[in-house]
Amino acid sequence: MQAEENLRKRAEAALHKEAAYGKNIELTEYDIAPMDLAYIEDLKDLDEEAQRALLNAGIVPSGAGRIGSLVMIDNTITHNSVTDENIELMPLHFAQKKYEWLKDYMWNLVQVDADKYTALSYLENANGYFIRAPKGIHTKMPVQTCLMLGSHNVSQTVHNIVIVEENACLDVITGCTTGTGVEKALHLGISEMYVKKNGTLNFTMIHNWSDQIGVRPRTVIYLEEGATLINNYITLKSVKSIQSYPTARLAGKGAFARFNTIAVAHPGSELDLGSRVIFDAPETKAELISRTITTGGKITARGEMIGNAPRSNGHLECHGLVLNNEGTQRAVPILEANVDDIELSHEAAVGRIAREQVEYLMSRGLSEEEAVGMIVRGFLDVGIGGIPEELQVDIDDTIAMIGKNAM
Amino acid sequence: MLEVKDLSVEVGGKILLKDINLKVEKGYTNILFGPNGAGKSAFLRTLMGFSGYNIVKGQIIFNGEDITHLSIDERAKRGIGIMTQRPPDITGVKLWDLVKVIAKEKINIEEIAESLDMLRFMERDVNVGFSGGEIKRSELLQLAAQNPSLFLLDEPESGVDLMSIEIIGKTINDLIHGECKCAGERCEHKKSALIITHTGQILDYIEADRAYVLCNGTVMCSGNPRELLHDIKEMGYGECIKCKPKKI
Repeated sequence: MQAEENLRKRAEAALHKEAAYGKNIELTEYDIAPMDLAYIEDLKDLDEEAQRALLNAGIVPSGAGRIGSLVMIDNTITHNSVTDENIELMPLHFAQKKYEWLKDYMWNLVQVDADKYTALSYLENANGYFIRAPKGIHTKMPVQTCLMLGSHNVSQTVHNIVIVEENACLDVITGCTTGTGVEKALHLGISEMYVKKNGTLNFTMIHNWSDQIGVRPRTVIYLEEGATLINNYITLKSVKSIQSYPTARLAGKGAFARFNTIAVAHPGSELDLGSRVIFDAPETKAELISRTITTGGKITARGEMIGNAPRSNGHLECHGLVLNNEGTQRAVPILEANVDDIELSHEAAVGRIAREQVEYLMSRGLSEEEAVGMIVRGFLDVGIGGIPEELQVDIDDTIAMIGKNAM
Repeated sequence: MLEVKDLSVEVGGKILLKDINLKVEKGYTNILFGPNGAGKSAFLRTLMGFSGYNIVKGQIIFNGEDITHLSIDERAKRGIGIMTQRPPDITGVKLWDLVKVIAKEKINIEEIAESLDMLRFMERDVNVGFSGGEIKRSELLQLAAQNPSLFLLDEPESGVDLMSIEIIGKTINDLIHGECKCAGERCEHKKSALIITHTGQILDYIEADRAYVLCNGTVMCSGNPRELLHDIKEMGYGECIKCKPKKI
């Protein structure tokens, strides 16, 4: 109780604390999101438009090719189904009642007083998803979760916990999207993920928001000895503001993390995206790959590697394309070595598509539009798997549109 | 097929090519000799329409049509294909995907890729980390997919080991001449080429019809390819420059 009281005090004290990065968002502009929406038995019962919104965020309404689904609209868990009994997927509040030990995993990696967004999420006792892959279990297909803003002018608070036990392997696809008629809203998401000894977590997040949405996720992943994290982040659609800086802590010998970020900043969008890796154990490795495009919006691609343990190795790659004079690209790579036996490197480049590349493809008979489209598609291809066909079509359409507008 | 009339080209504010007159008849393979810096590559790039080569005078006629101001892709669509010396890296674009888009399913890609020893490169990014020989073979694979009627080849043998020269030479010959056994048949086949060569090695594999010598940005001479090559080897380009330019 004392511990909870302390957390509460810290959160209350941080309710006005601005985040280190990103434009400040006034929380008072938003209402609390509803917690009492109707439960959806079958996602296929949703209307066509809602199903399309799910698909475009990587969520398959039929559940085909997935071993479990959880949907949270506003602050309500509106759907939860599991087809592989080896995996646990349930609302966090439910898991808290089931597992007394879960309290040790909550607000352990993300601090309640990190900023006002974490503070509000704590004080609202945010619900979210709890996913656990028990020891030795290897999933063959992904678990899918969807976080949707369903009401206008609300702030959604989410708290997720993912645990991959020893020698287990888990794939998760999380899609974030906006319901019809929601013009302005705020998404705050806390995610604390644990990958235990020799476990593997493949985590893919697809953001498919709309023009006036503010997004402030706060994610920390903790990796034990020999653990692997592959984190994919995709945001190609228009959004008002995203500021995100997930952190992986490589705490066990030989742990590995890879962050792939692909993002497009449309006119009016401000994206401040980063990934951070802390090498706290020997022989740990990380790769941070960021491919960003501006078609008129502002984008900052951050990457940070903090080397605290010997024989570790990290590489950071920030590449940005500027397809429009109105847009801004900033690449901010930070490398910090606190031991001598460590190798951290980075390469960063921002600029327009090389004319030479476009003309080369045109000399093979491709039109200028086709050539730009092919180059953009190639630029954004960092080999992310498990994307449903419908989403791939949507991604291709978005890229084709980007190519067209880049002319 | 191709006729270049009084062509003058400016690059970076300087006249690099002046008053060039040159022809490649239907079914002919013509050679372009010339010392380093003569403007041979610039000439080929101008024919393809690459930016940075401003035509200040003259015309390029292709199959009777004035293409002097056509875009690159329109020239490609009309049947002009080029192999440049240093094509750019296209990160993220797999060779296989590019060749498929170029071919529009006209050819058996795998078969040609195998004959060029390029099968293992099909899933690689175009030109990224390719050696000199691999770049040439990749270019030829793309040209095979494109199937142009006029090949513009910029030093196909440069930076290539002996084994690769053989593959490259034979492939170029196949692409241009197909199964044709004589000049008459070649005319029927209707493929033409303009090939830049320094060493003349490519002439061991391809029957060439005519050669031009380009020095100081203009055509100095033309004639039988083997004879010209012999003379250049004997006397160097100095003699060509001294020799009064002939009317081509």
